Amino acid sequence: MSAAVTERSGTTAITWRTTLRERPIIPLIGLLALLVVAIDVADPGIVTPSWAGVIVRASIPLAILAGCQTLTMLTGGIDLSVASVASMAGFVTATLIHSPGGVAEGIVVVLIAAALVGLINGVGIGVFKVHPLITTLGMSFVVDGLANVWQLQMVQTGAGVPHVLRVLGSGTIGDVIPYSLVVFVPLAAVIMIGLRRTGYGRLLYAIGDNPVAARLSGVRSWQVLILLYVISALMAAIAGLLVSGLSNTASVTLVDTSLLPSVAAAVIGGTSIFGGRGGFGGTMVGALILTVLTALITVLGLPEPTNQVLFGSIIVIVAAAYTRVTAES
Amino acid sequence: MTIATATTDLMLEATGISKTYGAVVALKSASLAVRPGEVHALMGANGAGKSTLVKILTGAVHPDAGRIVVRGRERTVHSPAEARRGGLVSVYQDPSLIPDLDIRANLRLTETPLEPFRHWLAEFGLADLDLSSRARRLPLASLRIIDLARALAIEPDVLMLDEMTAALPANLTERVLEIVGNMRGGDRSVVFISHRMSEIGSVCDRATVLREGETVGVVDVTAGSEERIVDLMLGQIVDQAIPQAKREERRTTNGERPRLAVQGLGLDAKLYDVSFDVHPGEVLGVVALEGQGQDELFEILAGSRRPSGGQIFVDGTGVSFHHPADAIRVGVVYVGADRAQALLMQRSVRENIAVPFTAHLGRWGLIDLTRERRIVDEAVRRLQIDARAGNEVRRLSGGNQQKVTIARWVAGGVRTMLCFDPTRGIDIRTKQQIYVLLRELAEAGAAVLLYTSELKEVQLVCDRAIVIFGGRVVAEVDRADADEATLLRAAYHLQSGAALPEQLAASAAEMATGGPTTGTTEERVVSA
Amino acid sequence: MTALAATNARPTVELAAWARRNTWTLGLLLLLVLLLAFTKTIQPNYGAFGIQGLGTSIMPLAFATVAQAIVVIAGGIDLSIGSMMALTSVVAATLMQGQGDAFGLAVVAGVLLLGILLGAINGALVVSTRVPDIIVTLATFYVWAGLALLVRAAPGGAASPWLMSLASGPLFSEWLPKAAIVLVVVVAVVWIPLARSRLGVSFYAVGSDQLAAFRSGVAIGRTKVAAYAIAGLFGAVAGLSLTASTGIGTPVPGPYTLQSVAAVVLGGVSLAGGRGGVLGPIIAVIVLQLIQNDTTFLGIDPNYALVIQGVILVGVLILGSILESRRAD
Repeated sequence: MSAAVTERSGTTAITWRTTLRERPIIPLIGLLALLVVAIDVADPGIVTPSWAGVIVRASIPLAILAGCQTLTMLTGGIDLSVASVASMAGFVTATLIHSPGGVAEGIVVVLIAAALVGLINGVGIGVFKVHPLITTLGMSFVVDGLANVWQLQMVQTGAGVPHVLRVLGSGTIGDVIPYSLVVFVPLAAVIMIGLRRTGYGRLLYAIGDNPVAARLSGVRSWQVLILLYVISALMAAIAGLLVSGLSNTASVTLVDTSLLPSVAAAVIGGTSIFGGRGGFGGTMVGALILTVLTALITVLGLPEPTNQVLFGSIIVIVAAAYTRVTAES
Repeated sequence: MTIATATTDLMLEATGISKTYGAVVALKSASLAVRPGEVHALMGANGAGKSTLVKILTGAVHPDAGRIVVRGRERTVHSPAEARRGGLVSVYQDPSLIPDLDIRANLRLTETPLEPFRHWLAEFGLADLDLSSRARRLPLASLRIIDLARALAIEPDVLMLDEMTAALPANLTERVLEIVGNMRGGDRSVVFISHRMSEIGSVCDRATVLREGETVGVVDVTAGSEERIVDLMLGQIVDQAIPQAKREERRTTNGERPRLAVQGLGLDAKLYDVSFDVHPGEVLGVVALEGQGQDELFEILAGSRRPSGGQIFVDGTGVSFHHPADAIRVGVVYVGADRAQALLMQRSVRENIAVPFTAHLGRWGLIDLTRERRIVDEAVRRLQIDARAGNEVRRLSGGNQQKVTIARWVAGGVRTMLCFDPTRGIDIRTKQQIYVLLRELAEAGAAVLLYTSELKEVQLVCDRAIVIFGGRVVAEVDRADADEATLLRAAYHLQSGAALPEQLAASAAEMATGGPTTGTTEERVVSA
Repeated sequence: MTALAATNARPTVELAAWARRNTWTLGLLLLLVLLLAFTKTIQPNYGAFGIQGLGTSIMPLAFATVAQAIVVIAGGIDLSIGSMMALTSVVAATLMQGQGDAFGLAVVAGVLLLGILLGAINGALVVSTRVPDIIVTLATFYVWAGLALLVRAAPGGAASPWLMSLASGPLFSEWLPKAAIVLVVVVAVVWIPLARSRLGVSFYAVGSDQLAAFRSGVAIGRTKVAAYAIAGLFGAVAGLSLTASTGIGTPVPGPYTLQSVAAVVLGGVSLAGGRGGVLGPIIAVIVLQLIQNDTTFLGIDPNYALVIQGVILVGVLILGSILESRRAD
């Protein structure tokens, strides 16, 4: 609001620009609403509370994975290992269903494994300054490979997605409210409060905006980055558990197709890949937009590939809009 | 034979050039007229707009308004390539060679003919330079010469040299001046930017003076014209606009433990045996020409760089900084000249001021927003920051941005503050506020170390000053004696009353490049 | 006399200079030789046939990697390569099905043009929208993948027999796989003259230092578009080699995008741009493939190959970072 005052003219165009820059979530919600209206026009009556529940349920794992990208992108990084970690988490938990510790043991094991992956990512990026893209890509190879090895070992013992995860991932209250919100709401709250109200959250923005300035202000960025990539890997593991519950599938490649959408949702949500700008609110809406878009294509009876073409077009258009409004005049 | 053209026959004529970057006015209304066969000086204080004007003339920056006429034909230059074809070529302050390409490939990019290039290299004594070496691996001085030889080889109508001699050792400086001087009276022209009066006097015919983005005069360079140029550069307002900062007589520091003590600090080929104390309640000035090791000294004290020798004491305790955080922990904070380096440009004023609060691992948890707001508001008020556009610091004016970098430390209470040219490129009102603030901090018991490139600031703000030349402390001047003339002589390492011989100025530049050292006996003894 | 001595000395000096500049590539070459020796030890009858197989199997990734290398040298990154390959591959296989050799040749020419067009679109979007390369090509990844599925929904089509014959079998000597010759010829015909041209030099210039490049008179935008277009050309060749080696077109993108990024970085091309060449990345591709072959020979789970690739990727870069910081000190 105050920024508008300093603009040379107060036309509506500038207000719009300012809104998109300062509060990207408002136009995003507008876009989401537009898509929902479109889907209701295309197939009148489809938009019901239970439809909304289905959309939200499908969006949650994507939103969590996109959260990983949001947090890492805020520092100017990216995490390409999230899909591998998520698939690994769902799969390994399923293979440990018959272990003495039961489901709990499986979950603890995968969380530890994920944390380890994140730790290695963080050390590579924070301490050795290897490019985040490469570090996390390399780790995704390692995780994929090990998960496949594990798969061959486990072929005999048999596996199944634990009941708990199936309920958590796909169950709903009254056919409307998904159980996965039990996991997601606290997680989202922690992320949003964490970004806005904690010193750590501030440092993520600071490192992404200007690493030199952060250093001169006394920030030891390697500490921040190691913790960040551990958090990202843990979130990825949680998303993987929900996906396996949602689809009732345990496969080492289950979440792989969500890697690029997770980046896309964060970008659409207004997080800059250069760092220092963005937040989780926009990312959640971004994940919803992508899910609704897929539903819209299905409803329109368009061939599946159209979805991908539209998907790509939206990413470019939205990203170009952000670039335009956030560019320095 | 035409006769009429003689009077209007200018090589280059630029009029009414203006350029603004956001809120910053780089050029208001600049003009420049260069005759054929003339070496024309472009003069002005820091931030007067010299570099911007050159960039506009060579197509690297697009002006908001203005007219450029080359050899009587109006031109709009959209890119350096186009300017080059039109006969306008510049050697910029930072070499425009591609670091990852070898010299030969760099020449191909600019379509520079090889033979003339080699000829000019030989003229500069670099005949045996290996053209297959990558630009990244060559020293700065060589890169600048290559850049110059490349420009000369295309025989431009107007050659623009932006601080060409700044990073050159003495022998090359001399050679460059000689070659530029030889171009006088030919059919080509040179626009020459330099801070060194002696160079202007020796090679230039006329000088155009810029002040705050405007051309304020054109002067024929003759003996004694320096005074006139300086007057134009400074203008009248400057002296009137700066009232004496409020100050009391310095408290006596005898017997008191210094807040910051530096003993025998050294850094290979940059600093030798630097020792000084800064006491609580004192502002100690540091005076030096460009590149005498002051950058490195401040980096070491701020924890960004490790010295190769010597000791630093804070409140009498020896310290060793591995990271700026170590310096901050013992209360040594740093304010730099480069705001782009210090600020989170996309973040708010509040976040920028509050970064140091949460830097430490123990402070990563929830922020007490009420307390933070109180502290930040207090700092904003104290520094009179205009935070109307405070959502993004990049939208603030340069002066307000600099205040934010200072507020960051003031908010937490200052014990020892290192200020490296904190008033560079900011408006006079803000400068004044910073002077007053530094005095206030000192009076409240802080120790302040202030490097300034504006010598008059020393008497305004400092209690005393040390002078660094060639990486060592060569003089200490008390405030009472710290007039500009004295400081300047000391900065050039001259005895009082002596003139400023070119040789010494050049050897100062030599230190800047880390090139061949002057190698006095004293130096050898110390470094041994 | 002196002049003569100088001319004699020059080749040696230049060779030494070349070696100094290409230490990374030479190191990789040494690694390759060691790996070949190792392969021979664990599999004594590894010989001409193995080399031929190696040649065929590296071809698609090798071309994809050359494409990626060109873009990365010019300071960008192309995440769309995998789906560009899928698109060009299905277009070729669909058009070639049931057609004669002459038509097949025309199809190849058309597909190469298509590749150039796709690449140029990538470049034009990057330049005109000023959206980061990684986001633009992420978006076009979807678009090309969608288009590929629109061309044909399931794997199928056919390749001209002559095209298929290019991908397998030897030429001249049983030790010379045709695939390798194709690789060498295509890269030599396109890349070598290009790298020596002003355009090729401009790629390095733009990737190394945009400001200096601009001041040196390089048209930044046009150069970037050209780099992406030539990458598109190689992407199309990679797609054609997929068709050639499998005999069909598959509309689903393979793992080539991320693998090409990995191979490029292993091959000594800096993600920051401006440094490296295409030889190193090609050798890196061979090394990676050979590691995979060796795990098979050793009877290890081939999934370990993926793990090893990841470990090498991260390990080598950490090593590089340590060496770099040593040199800086």
